[in-house]
Amino acid sequence: MVTFEYAPAPESRAVVDIKSSYGLFIGGEFTDPADGASFKSINPANEEVLADIAQAGVTDVDRAVAAARKAFSQTWSKMSGRDRGKYLFRIARIIQERARELAVLESIDNGKPIRESRDVDIPLVAAHFFYYAGWADKLEYAGYGVDPRPHGVAGQIIPWNFPMLMLAWKIAPALATGNTVVLKPAETTPLTALLFAEICQQADLPPGVVNILTGAGETGRLLVEHPDVDKVAFTGSTEVGKAIARSVAGTSKKATLELGGKAANIVFDDAPLDQAVEGIVNGIFFNQGHVCCAGSRLLVQESVYDDVLARLKRRLATLRVGDPLDKNTDVGAINSAEQLTRIRELSEVGEAEGAERWSPECVLPERGFWFAPTVFTGVSQAHRIAREEIFGPVLSVLTFRTPAEAVEKANNTPYGLSAGVWTDKGSRILWMSQQLRAGVVWANTFNKFDPTSPFGGYKESGYGREGGRHGLGAYLVPSERSGR
Amino acid sequence: MGGRDGDKGVLTQGTRLGLVTVLNEAHLADVTSSQASLRQFLLGLPSVDQVGAEARAATLASRSIKTTAKQFAIDLAISMIDLTTLEGQDTPGKVRALCAKAQRPDPSDPSVPRVAAICVYPDLVSTAEAALRGSGVKVASVATGFPSGRTTLEVKQADTRAAVAAGADEVDMVIDRGAFLAGRYAQVFEEISTVKQACGSAHLKVILETGELATYDNVRRASWLAMLAGADFIKTSTGKVSPAATLPVTLIMLEAVRDFLDITGRQVGVKPAGGIRTTKDAIKYLVLVNETAGAAWLSPDWFRIGASSLLNDLLMQRQKMTTGRYAGPDYFTLD
Repeated sequence: MVTFEYAPAPESRAVVDIKSSYGLFIGGEFTDPADGASFKSINPANEEVLADIAQAGVTDVDRAVAAARKAFSQTWSKMSGRDRGKYLFRIARIIQERARELAVLESIDNGKPIRESRDVDIPLVAAHFFYYAGWADKLEYAGYGVDPRPHGVAGQIIPWNFPMLMLAWKIAPALATGNTVVLKPAETTPLTALLFAEICQQADLPPGVVNILTGAGETGRLLVEHPDVDKVAFTGSTEVGKAIARSVAGTSKKATLELGGKAANIVFDDAPLDQAVEGIVNGIFFNQGHVCCAGSRLLVQESVYDDVLARLKRRLATLRVGDPLDKNTDVGAINSAEQLTRIRELSEVGEAEGAERWSPECVLPERGFWFAPTVFTGVSQAHRIAREEIFGPVLSVLTFRTPAEAVEKANNTPYGLSAGVWTDKGSRILWMSQQLRAGVVWANTFNKFDPTSPFGGYKESGYGREGGRHGLGAYLVPSERSGR
Repeated sequence: MGGRDGDKGVLTQGTRLGLVTVLNEAHLADVTSSQASLRQFLLGLPSVDQVGAEARAATLASRSIKTTAKQFAIDLAISMIDLTTLEGQDTPGKVRALCAKAQRPDPSDPSVPRVAAICVYPDLVSTAEAALRGSGVKVASVATGFPSGRTTLEVKQADTRAAVAAGADEVDMVIDRGAFLAGRYAQVFEEISTVKQACGSAHLKVILETGELATYDNVRRASWLAMLAGADFIKTSTGKVSPAATLPVTLIMLEAVRDFLDITGRQVGVKPAGGIRTTKDAIKYLVLVNETAGAAWLSPDWFRIGASSLLNDLLMQRQKMTTGRYAGPDYFTLD
């Protein structure tokens, strides 16, 4: 039997120009941090140091918020929606023109496969800017009264799993509604946000409308607690989300939080099985499982359990794990040593608690942070791996007997961000989507995103919605008159 | 066949999964006994989600096959071609020219592999057989009232016997799509098994004409029906109906042969035909084979590509890979 080996097909790094160090983007310019502190961003696939990144301190946060305030009161809030839309359209077009550059940089800094950054992340980033650009001059028709107003300065903190996409989810609606922003990218993935700062310069965006502050948790805390920030938007862990909720309590600040998840992906016996297997794979191994809405709990109807598991394991044997810049890579690197440690720890807990651990044969690179796609069977609701968010390529498989039991198990979690339903029966899809306490319910698909579709959670998965018309609401003060 | 590795629980390629919950071997014996049981079985197969199947095919089509992998794929694709001429204007001269091309696709480069077969109408089988004798290139003949299949079973049998008697190694039959779409599965089953008998030792490829079956569920059902009735190969299209072969349709058929082997232990080949014109297209199909049915199908014994103009594009890309330059179309023979 011959073997069809795919030769390495690396995407060229030549399109990106990574500087040796980066400053903070405040008031339209890159400036050094007041105390000169910095940290390093590394490539998680090989631990190569990519650049020195400025660490914003209290003075820098003050300067950035002041720049955003000035831009808000002097320029951006006075500009017509039509003109704001023009800037957003321009940014969207530049993102498309520089898509290859953004995709390569994202893969280098984050570790995700180039196929994903090229085919999913960056196209969605452009789509979000185009979508919200279109809303900028139509806000009075969005259902928030005849004259909805922006909050003012938005402090935004985003995670490392979809650095550029989360930036778009935050910045596009904020700018379309007339807010100005101070955004802090995650400590391990600041590079595309800094490239976005260059894109703002290229688009001639008025200074101060977008400010990018790099740093770690402390920088984020300073931003959230800054008295002149009117609106806080956060995507990240439930733990930090709770701290933010506590810190804004009793202030006039508005907050939206998009936090963790432990989504159920529910496969009924009449499901299209081959596509369901693809959906399971896409649900948990897409982006190395670093997805808040990942389908990390597979609920399979017992009558098709053997069949689904056999198909799933056969499929997982074909996953290609390795160099994120290789165009044929399906699963890339874990984003950081810290995250890898957490994934390993929880997987060991899974074994210790008696679940059966399985991974396909795959050779992992020696340097960098890697974890083989992993499936746990024999998992029950009582296992920690069925309850805690692992945020890695680890699937817990449970079974159910009836639709009611599926709903009960799916909802029996502190989270409520997303869910998936696989069945050929349309009526069951509708019934399930009404029963499931999850912000997003996918039917016969998983991890599909669109700028027109609102996204957000129940319970410990957070509050507020991003995306779609609903996403505008987080950045608008509704007017009291509701004429139209 | 492989087995389960006791230590790690790793499934090796080609392992019988034994998809017992949906299908099993004992069940299959009864399945073909009546129209009712056949219908129940085919409608009970797991359904296909169109959006998901098309997305999977599109993802596989985005694989980047370069350098040594591309060289390997080009030669493999050439060796899998059923070089085809099925025109009213076909003549012995035309067929002889094609037979010469089949044996030595590039006269300037003897390292190019020969194609798998020549595919012609039954009346030209003897011409092809004479031209190809001893070359290793097989003679395939369409039969059973190709391309529509709208004739009696007696005529279809006679058509098949004539082709085999004239020297066809392989018979490409068409199914009665009218009967299939009307739900007369037992009739289609009967026709295929009758033609299979008429083939004797010749290999039977069953053309589903997926462009007329329209849905992927139908493609899956027709694939199983043909395999249950004894098909050695299942083939997408006649090339006379649009759309002919597509990646998602071929994906569904590859899943069907994979699962059929799983349950019965019998391997069936797949042949997409029609509309595959470029090297890029051919490589996409090979990736599909590799990642769906697996490496066991990466051979002309188990995968064929029905095409005519594809061969010259493969030759052009092959030469480009060795010389670094594209030669003009006049440097490749038109046959």
